[in-house]
Amino acid sequence: MPNPLRSEAEAFRFLLGAVVYFAAIAIAGVINTWAGIVVFIVLSAIVLWWWFRSREHRVPPQIAPGSRSAPGERRILVVANETVGGSELLDCIRQLSEGVRSNVFVVSPALNTPLRHLASDEGPARAEAQDRLERSLARLKQEDIQARGEVGDGDPLQAIEDALRTFGADEIVISTHPEGRSNWLERGVVTGARERFMVPIHHVVVDLEREA
Amino acid sequence: MFLFIASEIMLFGAFFTAYFFVRVAAHTPWPTSGHELPVFVAGMNTIILVTSSFTVHWALQAIKRGNRAGLQAGLTLTFLLGLTFLLTQIREYSRLGFAPYTDAFGTVFYCLTGLHGAHVLVGLLLLLAAAIRSYRGHFTAEAHHGVEIPGIYWHFVDVMWIVVYTTVYIL
Repeated sequence: MPNPLRSEAEAFRFLLGAVVYFAAIAIAGVINTWAGIVVFIVLSAIVLWWWFRSREHRVPPQIAPGSRSAPGERRILVVANETVGGSELLDCIRQLSEGVRSNVFVVSPALNTPLRHLASDEGPARAEAQDRLERSLARLKQEDIQARGEVGDGDPLQAIEDALRTFGADEIVISTHPEGRSNWLERGVVTGARERFMVPIHHVVVDLEREA
Repeated sequence: MFLFIASEIMLFGAFFTAYFFVRVAAHTPWPTSGHELPVFVAGMNTIILVTSSFTVHWALQAIKRGNRAGLQAGLTLTFLLGLTFLLTQIREYSRLGFAPYTDAFGTVFYCLTGLHGAHVLVGLLLLLAAAIRSYRGHFTAEAHHGVEIPGIYWHFVDVMWIVVYTTVYIL
C-alpha cells in the first residue's frame, strides 16, 4: 500500500492542516457549542471532498532510485508472474547483460484476488508467488543467468517500487502475456511504470501458449 | 512507517474512545467538578510543541541544502523545545490536584496525556540520537533518512497533541 505520508515535508503540511482544522473548531466551539459542531461538520466535509478529489487527479511522484551498481555491473530488475521462463524474456536479459557483469533480481508479485486481499488472506498468494519465484530462479540458472529474487506486493507497481528501494536498478524488465490475455496490460502496468519510475523500462511479451 | 503510524492512531483511538465514553456517560458539565485544567499553560505548551515541528522541518530542509550547521541547530532546538514541553507537563501533573485514581476523569486524563507524554519521550530519544549523529558528521544532502523518519514521527506526535489539547482542554 502506498504511504500517504511519504516524507517529512508531507507530514509537516499535514500538521499545518491539523493546526488550522482544530483551531477553527476550538474557536467556534468556545464561542458557541453549536457553532463548533457546524464548523466541525463543514471542515470535515471540505477535507473529505478535497481528499477524494486529490486521489482522482493524483499523479504519483516519479521515483529515481539512483544507480548502486559497481563499475562494469548492470542491475536488472525483472518483474514477471508466470512468464519468467519465456524465451523472449531470457533473450532480453541476455541482451542487457552483454559486455557487462549483470546482477539480476526477480520480483514475483503475490497476485491475489480482490476478496482475499480485502480479507488480508495473503498466505496462499505468497506461497504461490514463492513457488513461481523458485521455478523462475531455477530456469534462469539453467540458462547460466545468476539471479536472486523475492516475493513482492500484489500490485506490480508497488512491488517494483519496493524492490527499487532495496535493490536499485539500471534497467527494469516487465514481462507480460500478450495483449488480450494480459491482466497487467489491461491495467496499464507498463505505462504506469514508465510514468512512475525514472529507469529504462523494457516490456517483453511472452506467449507461453505459442512456446508450448 | 505508515503501518507504524496507523497502529499508533489505533492506539490513541482506543484511549479517545474511553475518554468520550466517560465524558458522555458522566451526564454532567465537563470537566466534572473539582477538576480545573491549566488551559493557558497547556496552550503555551502547545505553541512550544508546534514550534518544535517548524524547527525539525527547518533542520531537514537545511541538510537537504547541505547546511550542516542548520541541521545541528534545528535538531538541538527541536530537542530543547520537546524537553521543555515534557518538563512543563510533568510540572503540570504535580499541580493538578487530582490523581489517576481519584475518579474516571482523572484516570482518562492521565492515560491520554501520559500516553502522549510517553510518545514525546520516545521522540526526544530519536531526536537526541539524530542530533548526536549530526554533530558526529553523519547525514548529507543525499542521505538523511535518519532525520526524515524522526521528523515524520515528531509531526505525528504534534498532531496527536493538538487533538488531545483540543478535546481534553478546550472543548
